[in-house]
Amino acid sequence: MSIWRNLPLRAKIGVFLFGFFALVAIFGPIFEPFNPGFENQDPKFSLNPPSLHHLLGTTQLGEDVFSQVLTGTRLTFEVSLLVGLIATVLSVLIGVSAAYLGGIWDDLLSLLTNVFLVIPALPLLIVLLGYLSNQGQTPTIIVLAGLGWPWGARVIRAQTLTIRNRDFIAASRETGEPTWRIIIFEIIPNEVSLIAANFVNTVLYALGASVALAFIGIANLTSFSLGVVLYWAQSGNALQSGDWWWWIPAGLVIALMGTSLVLLNSGIDEIGNPRLRASHETGRIGGHRIWTTDPTPVLSQLTAPRGKVGQFAYSFSRSSLLDQAAAKNQANGATVAPTKTPTGGEIL
Amino acid sequence: MSFILRRLAFYVVAAWVAITLNFFIPRAVPGNPVQTILSKYPDLTPQAYKALSQMIGGALQHGSLWSQYTAYLSDVFHFNFGTDLASFPTPVSTILDQAIPWTLILVGTATVIAFLLGTVLGILAGWRHGGWLDRVLPVLMFFQAAPYFFVALILVYFFALKGGWLPSAQGYSAEDVSPGWTWAFISNAVEHAILPAGTIVLTSVAGWMLQMRNVMITTISEDYVVAAQAKGLSQSRIVYTYAARNALLPQLQGFGLALGFVVSGAVVMEIVFSYPGIGYNLVQAVGAKDFPLMQALFLVITFAVLIANLLVDVIIVLFDPRARTREAR
Repeated sequence: MSIWRNLPLRAKIGVFLFGFFALVAIFGPIFEPFNPGFENQDPKFSLNPPSLHHLLGTTQLGEDVFSQVLTGTRLTFEVSLLVGLIATVLSVLIGVSAAYLGGIWDDLLSLLTNVFLVIPALPLLIVLLGYLSNQGQTPTIIVLAGLGWPWGARVIRAQTLTIRNRDFIAASRETGEPTWRIIIFEIIPNEVSLIAANFVNTVLYALGASVALAFIGIANLTSFSLGVVLYWAQSGNALQSGDWWWWIPAGLVIALMGTSLVLLNSGIDEIGNPRLRASHETGRIGGHRIWTTDPTPVLSQLTAPRGKVGQFAYSFSRSSLLDQAAAKNQANGATVAPTKTPTGGEIL
Repeated sequence: MSFILRRLAFYVVAAWVAITLNFFIPRAVPGNPVQTILSKYPDLTPQAYKALSQMIGGALQHGSLWSQYTAYLSDVFHFNFGTDLASFPTPVSTILDQAIPWTLILVGTATVIAFLLGTVLGILAGWRHGGWLDRVLPVLMFFQAAPYFFVALILVYFFALKGGWLPSAQGYSAEDVSPGWTWAFISNAVEHAILPAGTIVLTSVAGWMLQMRNVMITTISEDYVVAAQAKGLSQSRIVYTYAARNALLPQLQGFGLALGFVVSGAVVMEIVFSYPGIGYNLVQAVGAKDFPLMQALFLVITFAVLIANLLVDVIIVLFDPRARTREAR
């Protein structure tokens, strides 16, 4: 539970957002008012703006946008998670074995990793799936996962290299543990947080890539993933004719899903590197912001004169009363020990 | 120099991998791409068919796989990418010549702007860590997470269609101006480039900013920064010549790697604007099953990214004394 309490606010928002979309993906399609592919032939139902009957309006063919977004959330969520999972497994396999096997294997696997890191993924995806088009979801998932591992493999290889030289690995090697056991039970458990961060990153990549591919029409265009919804909206000129309800909801769901992942990731970063923690931990002394990057302030700087408005506002505060009392005591020559640190010196 | 040479060798290997993939993908996929093309373009001349099978394999291609491969390599080396199918008999390289400048100028300029802006914002956010810039960050993260094309759609909707301030599509207005080095054409093209460039800046600035901020925060707590403060140096000198300059190296290295993502996003974004560049042509080619063009475009994009990476390496050596001294040794 303490992990949760220490989590930065941003990461908490990320967790909630992600959880929300997970729930929508699991249970959303149950609440669909219509079949997402149902075309209402009555021209009266073409391109209706949002109403009580159609919460997010209808498409050109009279399909219910709300139902499409619910189904789309599930399909897109599924693909992203699946690709994230497979690609993460691949990057762990390649990263760990490169670092652990060393020698020529390391050189070859690292070269492979770096090459696929510089070759832009999406154009290659487009070429590959251009040949495999209209063959459903499976090739897309395989190809996305097959190109999604290099980032993770690189990071995990670096981490494994440092772990490999620790004493406990040497100890377990001496006790005669087989290599696969050392890798699975000694090395990988020490990289869980790294692997988790990498998983989040890969899901983000899969989300972006799968949606982009569907948007340019390289997908099964009869199953309504979020990218496909946007594809039909674009080819139906929803933008030009001002039918905002057709494309904004799906796009917004994608963007917010992505945002939740970015927030999660920056949270994981901050847990790993406490220096990155933000504002609420930087101090305030006497109403003055103390920047962590500035030299420690001298007392006289803290009691710097206030402006007119500041003086007026200050006169309402409790500390002004205490200051006045202290000043009075001093004027009376009383040698009472100061009850407080000098003017405004309390750390809020 | 040896560092640059080693990097160059690596990029040559990467380019070779890309070319080889390009050769084997059409020959390895299930189904027969040539058959698909023939059914789509029934009145293909024998000449075109021969050129086609040289690029993607097929019945007319004689010789072993190895001789096909060497022939292919020599073709690519001579920038001979075959004939285009959709607009036969235009050579693919002509289409490339028309498309490359648009994307190169647009994506290049926008990426450099986004990188500089993001780096400066990151320096400020890292220095005044916890200040107002940190509070703006989640908003920028939203744009970072949103797909490029969705941001593009939103910008077009509000600035072009609702506002009517900027053109919504194309690289220039063909009815008003004709391409050439005239003021009228250039200003027209710049006007058309504002929204696409804005999309790239808006979506990629947060990434640069976040990375620079995080490196800055780590750099600032180094002893030499404290020493500079103790010497009583001015703020701007400490920030820019002491902290930021040292934080810049990881940022530049990240720039090379992130370039692929930016280019990928820009490819799809061009669809929204019908921008006459590489990405638009690539997607058109996929839709038309124009495989020779599609493959040539993939190679062009990959080469561009590799060359940009090499440039980044040169800049790193020029700017970072640590890299230079490593060179000298």
